[in-house]
Amino acid sequence: MAFEPVLSRNFNVPGSQSIDVYRQRGGYRAIAKALEMGRDAVAEEVKKSNLRGRGGAGFPAGTKWSFLPPNRTVTYLCVNADESEPGTFNNRYIMELDPHMLLEGILIAGYTTRATIAYIYLRVEYHKAYRILQKALEEAYAANLFGKNILGNPDFSMDCYIHRGAGAYVCGEETGLIESLEGKRGWPRIKPPFPAIAGAFGKPTVVNNVETLSCVVPIIDRGAAWFASIGLPPASTGPKLYTVSGPVKRPGCYEAPLGLTVRELIEGKDFGQGMQDGKKIKAVIPGGLSVGFLTSDELDCKLDFDDPRKYGLLGLGTAGAIVIDESVDLRQVLMNIARFYSTESCGQCTQCREGTMWIYKIARRIASGTGRLEDLDLITEITATMGMMTGRSICGHADGATFPLKTLIKKFRLDFENYIRNQKGVAEVIAAQ
Amino acid sequence: MAWQVINREIAAAPADGKPLLTEEVKAKIARFFPKYETRRAVLIPALHVVQETFGNVSYQAMKEIGEFLAVPPSEVLDTMSFYSHFWTGDRGRKVIVVCRSLSCQVMGHEALLEALRRHLAISEHETTPDGQWSLMTEECLGACEHGPCMLINERLHAKVRPDDVARILADPNCDKE
Repeated sequence: MAFEPVLSRNFNVPGSQSIDVYRQRGGYRAIAKALEMGRDAVAEEVKKSNLRGRGGAGFPAGTKWSFLPPNRTVTYLCVNADESEPGTFNNRYIMELDPHMLLEGILIAGYTTRATIAYIYLRVEYHKAYRILQKALEEAYAANLFGKNILGNPDFSMDCYIHRGAGAYVCGEETGLIESLEGKRGWPRIKPPFPAIAGAFGKPTVVNNVETLSCVVPIIDRGAAWFASIGLPPASTGPKLYTVSGPVKRPGCYEAPLGLTVRELIEGKDFGQGMQDGKKIKAVIPGGLSVGFLTSDELDCKLDFDDPRKYGLLGLGTAGAIVIDESVDLRQVLMNIARFYSTESCGQCTQCREGTMWIYKIARRIASGTGRLEDLDLITEITATMGMMTGRSICGHADGATFPLKTLIKKFRLDFENYIRNQKGVAEVIAAQ
Repeated sequence: MAWQVINREIAAAPADGKPLLTEEVKAKIARFFPKYETRRAVLIPALHVVQETFGNVSYQAMKEIGEFLAVPPSEVLDTMSFYSHFWTGDRGRKVIVVCRSLSCQVMGHEALLEALRRHLAISEHETTPDGQWSLMTEECLGACEHGPCMLINERLHAKVRPDDVARILADPNCDKE
């Protein structure tokens, strides 16, 4: 049975960014229904759907909302639109092609959590999404969907503002995002307290990803039972916007139930449609850079919340696949990843700041042709057994750096040994020295 | 011999002694006040306003933003220097930002960079002598399906081949949607 698109159902509809088209297609029906159901019933419905966060960590969204203290006076909702995980761009598709779906998700979440202000923390590089969201917000305000007494409901008033970031990967981490929102450098906070207790400006705060909030709309519109029947229940429910990039025939953003295999995503006729010009797959990062690498023999890995762990990966991540073909020099891949985590480390935790920097230096040495075999063990040691790096940092940046680096060395060790023993350095790296 | 002390206060101030932040710019910043609990939270929006107006955020601007928001100038610098999007020095009228993350690398971002370097006769993080162009690289721009891609000011250019560089840069509207 063909899958009926849920999140992407308006993507190809002409004028999908306008409130009129969104309404004609059944939009803003779910918020009206939510207002009739009442807050507790909506929260219960989202819990029953088993919706898990789509931003990377996969935390159950309904549970996250339930952590808010009962006797609060102010609540903030932060929409994480700082999509900066390499290989990931599904939030951009939502914001550029169906901004009102996001706004409706914000409304339902804001109503349920009693939020008075929703901040959309949008990465600055998304200029087009910024313009489209601004226009959509104006339309929504004009239709009394934001502001005072929303849709005539005396018990629901909320404002929504776009807050533009300024180029920092770590601001996608929820407490880094909150610090940045407060006008400081985006240094993640030590937890607890979690944002639900003391978040933005010290007030109870919910931080949700763009796609997570978008999922709330169909959950309320069509019911939790329907949503939970999609995908691989009970752990991985609902539809997912997958992205695929690299030398595939049709790179882009495609929707399918959770549990799509990496092979389908790359080769399926509704998805990537296979490799360009007869190129062969060397390696795949299936879920955004931080989850780690699969080899070409591991493409049956299912993209749900459990299966990637069986392949030694961090998890589902953002389900943004980057395909690497056999013509690519893996030393450059190693160097690129090491540089990314090194330059984006916020510098608070010594092990992350120093660990990522030294791995970058070692990666550069390997790429320049003067690497030693023991360098491979050294990288593995720093990532996996440093004992300081994994799980002992303020935020997940060091963990995110660990998985791609250690899986790349582990799964492609023979390639790296061959490079080190037999090959000259990468010309560009030598030239830059 | 006596120490020669550079008077940095005078060196940083504008030549005509007038404040950099005009009432108009301040009004733009003040529009953000009702949106946040604190003045400090208006800092990043203010930095955006100033950079969009003046093309950069100078030390003088930082000082004046600090005064306007009641944030010490050192903390304005602290916040500002954390983010790659703000800069203190001059940049070209058109800033090219080439994505250097993995998807774009696999699709040939290095060849694109090389073509840009050759065409503009500058290296990364440099500005052409006529002040027209700056060439930057950034981590993932979130447009991986378009790799290799680059931003020119606010416009994204997708799947740019080295041969396309001369044509794209010759278009006077290459930075506008």
